[in-house]
Amino acid sequence: MTARAVSLVARREFVTKVRTRSFLIGTAVIIAVLAGYVVLQSVLFDDQQRSVVGLSGQATQLADPLRDKAKSFGIDVETRDVTTMENAEQQVRDGSLDALVTGAPPTLKMIVKGTGDQVLTTALNDVLRQQVLVAQLAEAGITPQQVAQNLANVNVAVTALEPVDPQRGQRLAIGLIVAALLYYSLLVYGTMVAQGVVEEKSSRVVEILLATVRPWQLLLGKVIGLGAVGLLQLLVISTIGLGLSSAFDVIDVGALGGTALLTGVLWYLLGFFLYATVFAAAASLVSRQEELQSVLTPISMTIIVAFVAGINLMIGSPSGPTVTVLSLLPPFAPILMPGRMAMGVATPWQVVLAVVLALAAIAAITWLGGKVYANAVLRTGARVKLREALRT
Amino acid sequence: MPEGVLEIDGISKRYGEVVALRNLSFDVRAGELFGFVGSNGAGKTTAMRIALGVLAADSGEVRWNGRAVDLDTRRRIGYMPEERGLYPRMRVLDQLVYLAELHGMSTNEAHTSAENWIARLGLRDRRNDEVQRLSLGNQQRVQLAAALVHEPDVLVLDEPFSGLDPVAVDVMSQVLREKASGGVPVVFSSHQLDLVERLCDRVGIVSAGSLVASGTVDELRSGGVPRLVVESPTTDWTVTLDGVRVIEKNGTRCVLELADGVDDQAVLQAALAVGPVHEFSRQRPTLTELFRNVVTTEARST
Repeated sequence: MTARAVSLVARREFVTKVRTRSFLIGTAVIIAVLAGYVVLQSVLFDDQQRSVVGLSGQATQLADPLRDKAKSFGIDVETRDVTTMENAEQQVRDGSLDALVTGAPPTLKMIVKGTGDQVLTTALNDVLRQQVLVAQLAEAGITPQQVAQNLANVNVAVTALEPVDPQRGQRLAIGLIVAALLYYSLLVYGTMVAQGVVEEKSSRVVEILLATVRPWQLLLGKVIGLGAVGLLQLLVISTIGLGLSSAFDVIDVGALGGTALLTGVLWYLLGFFLYATVFAAAASLVSRQEELQSVLTPISMTIIVAFVAGINLMIGSPSGPTVTVLSLLPPFAPILMPGRMAMGVATPWQVVLAVVLALAAIAAITWLGGKVYANAVLRTGARVKLREALRT
Repeated sequence: MPEGVLEIDGISKRYGEVVALRNLSFDVRAGELFGFVGSNGAGKTTAMRIALGVLAADSGEVRWNGRAVDLDTRRRIGYMPEERGLYPRMRVLDQLVYLAELHGMSTNEAHTSAENWIARLGLRDRRNDEVQRLSLGNQQRVQLAAALVHEPDVLVLDEPFSGLDPVAVDVMSQVLREKASGGVPVVFSSHQLDLVERLCDRVGIVSAGSLVASGTVDELRSGGVPRLVVESPTTDWTVTLDGVRVIEKNGTRCVLELADGVDDQAVLQAALAVGPVHEFSRQRPTLTELFRNVVTTEARST
């Protein structure tokens, strides 16, 4: 009967919450924001690395070498042949051309709107110099192809002291997204548990419930039920988010995204069980929704501090001592550790230690929080003092 | 049919300095309607909460069929708390099914029973409405259904009649009577003493945390100081009688209170000696008078 009571309570919480309009709209809004961000990101990405260059007169013969050179510098150049100068200058002015190149080598002129793209200028200079070089070599009777080949074989040998992670940018992005999603889920679903507790208390239905189930069964059922709703939302958001990202090529999903999702779920469960009981115990001290904010503030603040400070530290130095220590401590671990794991900077022993500490904290908090909840949940009226709730 | 007895045995409870219950005992037998009356703050609600295990007693025990009540037996009790409570945003049917299942019914049984009580209490049109959209009277009906939906073996109802319209009072009375005749011990508290008098098999009066009187309504009413109602043209004859006091006079009708050992036949003869007697009857105190009497004496003695 114990298991059945807990599962009945959990099922009610889950079904009631999933049916609400706020859950459906909330999820849709998050997905819309996520999709908007991904699309914007991919558009900006494209735009940033694409330059349109107008070529006029003899400069048109530079189209191919310029495109090739620019590509080797990592930018896309689209060339257009221009016939009338006035029209072309207007196009530079209104931004439909990034640069206009006129004249014949070696005396080329480039017209830009403001300062112009530094990389594009360098690329154009290179192309120009090469053309001059080829012409002069030919005059001197040396085969330009031979020289080009010899030049290509000359390279500086680079030795890296620290291995360079080609995916560092993506890892950071995924780490931050995981941290942000966990921050959101813990805060929103923790608050939901608290509101549920107060709703039962203020509507007095808790008295009927406690005549047939024990306080801890009610508490556990509530935490499991709402935790499952949060997990469902987290999974829906992440799956759609990962799908969109790979569709728009913003993040190379593959193994990286999958691992991040798994660690995210693990830490969501740990974090939720840790925080939900605290939220519930705090909520059981008050009898009305209006009083709820005052008891929840310290808990919300902990989560917000973990997120804001953690994010800044993680971007700065993800392996620094401060963020490493914080990511091991139970109150901060559920947000920081999955972020660091996604970034690939958490060592295995750190992960294991953080999980063990979190489990120990969950056990202690569940015992303590359950006690406060059981003692305070039937006392209506004035706010129950924490010390009183712990003593009896 | 469930058969059994609910015993409240010597329970005491204090909240800090305040004594809420002092060695309170009573029992309710199968098929019996037990009315629990007392002034505000006398301890009725505390006693019921302890019976349901919602509150722990400092001492004493609640037994069902001779065994201390635990969570399993408690699940067989139907409870209506003084502070009404249902999930405001849950639909009537869902709510009743949920409560029935929590009390141990299978999903099918729970549905059947919930539909049954919804129909019985005239809530069929409202079964898919959220509780908060119902009128207060209808919320009360849902609350009663919530206490009955798991077909309990015992009913403990705190002020079930408060806030009900006359029709609902009739429905409620009928349901309680029916449950009692089905062998379920029913305890309920109420301030509507005329209702208690009419409905209950036995009554217990609580004052300042202990039971000061209990018994059938007849037993309680026949106790106390005997009173006579006499209708005759004059009342001058009463002054000649020892141990007789006029406590009320209304035209030719008067109410007399007799001291211990005074023979009512002697009073009748004295009255007839003066003139015609149109009415001569024994007046038994109503429960309200009895209650007022008991509570004020208690208050004076403490």
